[in-house]
Amino acid sequence: MKEFRYYDAVSTLLLDKEKCIGCSLCTEVCPHHVLEMHNTKAEIVDFNACMECGACVTNCPSGALTVNPGVG
Amino acid sequence: MKKIADTPPEKPNPSSCLSTSGVTLMPSMDKTDSDCCGPVPNAISVHEKPGYSLCTYVEDFITTDQGPVPRIKTRLSLRDRVSTVLVRCGINRYQYKVAPGLYGLGFPDKSSQVLVTANFKLSFDHLRKELEGLNAWILVLDTKGINVWCAAGKGTFSTQELADRIHSANLDKIVDHRRVIVPQLGATGVSARNVKKQSGFRVVYGPVRAADIPKFLENQQKADPAMRTVTFTFAERIVLTPVELQIVLKPAMITALVLLVISGIGPGVFSFSDAGSRGLAALAALVFGIVSGAVITPALLPYIPVREFALKGGIIGSLAAFFMIGLMPSASASFTSALALYLFCVTISSFLAMNFTGTTPFTSPSGVEKEMKRYIPAQLISLVLSTGLWLYSAF
Repeated sequence: MKEFRYYDAVSTLLLDKEKCIGCSLCTEVCPHHVLEMHNTKAEIVDFNACMECGACVTNCPSGALTVNPGVG
Repeated sequence: MKKIADTPPEKPNPSSCLSTSGVTLMPSMDKTDSDCCGPVPNAISVHEKPGYSLCTYVEDFITTDQGPVPRIKTRLSLRDRVSTVLVRCGINRYQYKVAPGLYGLGFPDKSSQVLVTANFKLSFDHLRKELEGLNAWILVLDTKGINVWCAAGKGTFSTQELADRIHSANLDKIVDHRRVIVPQLGATGVSARNVKKQSGFRVVYGPVRAADIPKFLENQQKADPAMRTVTFTFAERIVLTPVELQIVLKPAMITALVLLVISGIGPGVFSFSDAGSRGLAALAALVFGIVSGAVITPALLPYIPVREFALKGGIIGSLAAFFMIGLMPSASASFTSALALYLFCVTISSFLAMNFTGTTPFTSPSGVEKEMKRYIPAQLISLVLSTGLWLYSAF
């Protein structure tokens, strides 16, 4: 969603590329295209679009993704 | 109403209908084969139970090895539509539910797809109205009457609930395949891997919007990027505003009373005529602030060239305040009173616009926290200042 932007640089999304097994499920569930597959690994391509919904984290089979919004 | 062919309804014995304890109430009752008990019951009456009534969205029942499964209509009735409008206005919003469990659409068989949804009736209606002509099973999870995305965030649309519901519906005996289609936005609460582990069923993430399901199914269950992306169009925003207004209704009533009281305070301790005339101006500032923050700001959201919602609301509230002061001569009686009303209107609008972050599909909790820490103090200061100026302007 390019026409809607909120604060930049606030998301707590972290990707540990070492742990990524390249299943690509995170790119499928993300509602804002934050992640993309690059050479069999997921990569964060639009960090500031992340709304910390946690869909990628819940579905990552290898624990490569984390998100930790405080109280919200 | 359609009859189902595979379960011929039993014709009741009319003589057993009304007579009790061997007492014949009417002579005609002894005649068998008469139609004293009305028409032959249709397929639905086989499922009648004392004290229960059939939901209006159920067409009839599908006979399966696992018992009857309600076949639901894809067309919304007038009643469904009226209820949708009411729920969109916040009326009965948290009690608008359907019973969780398995439903059928069209003429599903063992190879039909299983679509998962929440038991918020608005979600359920939204799904079924998009599926005309399709044969599918609908598995409704118990999300306590909350929509898929919010329930996924709150943990009721969950891995556990989905796995439990697959078991309790005996889905492995209803269908031959081992696959359920979960709305993409449900992914926040559902771990595909754990569902597979717990139930043997593979989760396929469907499109964000129910309207894309027929295309998704035609497309060998592949969603294109547009189907995977959340939107927030003008129509999608405006439909949310009645609830924004409804939420604020009660606090607004209390605020209105307080405004009338403080507007009457003046040189003569308290004046009812001031409470009336100045109170009216203060109420106008309140109403303009509410409409500006809860309706106009959401409607114009992407066109207001700042990112922070408090600022978006402040800008629109500022324009609304100028408009209001221009309209009401009593509001601009003095510079101080006009400034007080201006600040009040801007503050209300800014606060309500910030509140709207909880409704949008793109604001992160970390961002909202940052904005609240930044703007709530400013809004409080502005509120105190405007109250002080308003009281001062009476003297």
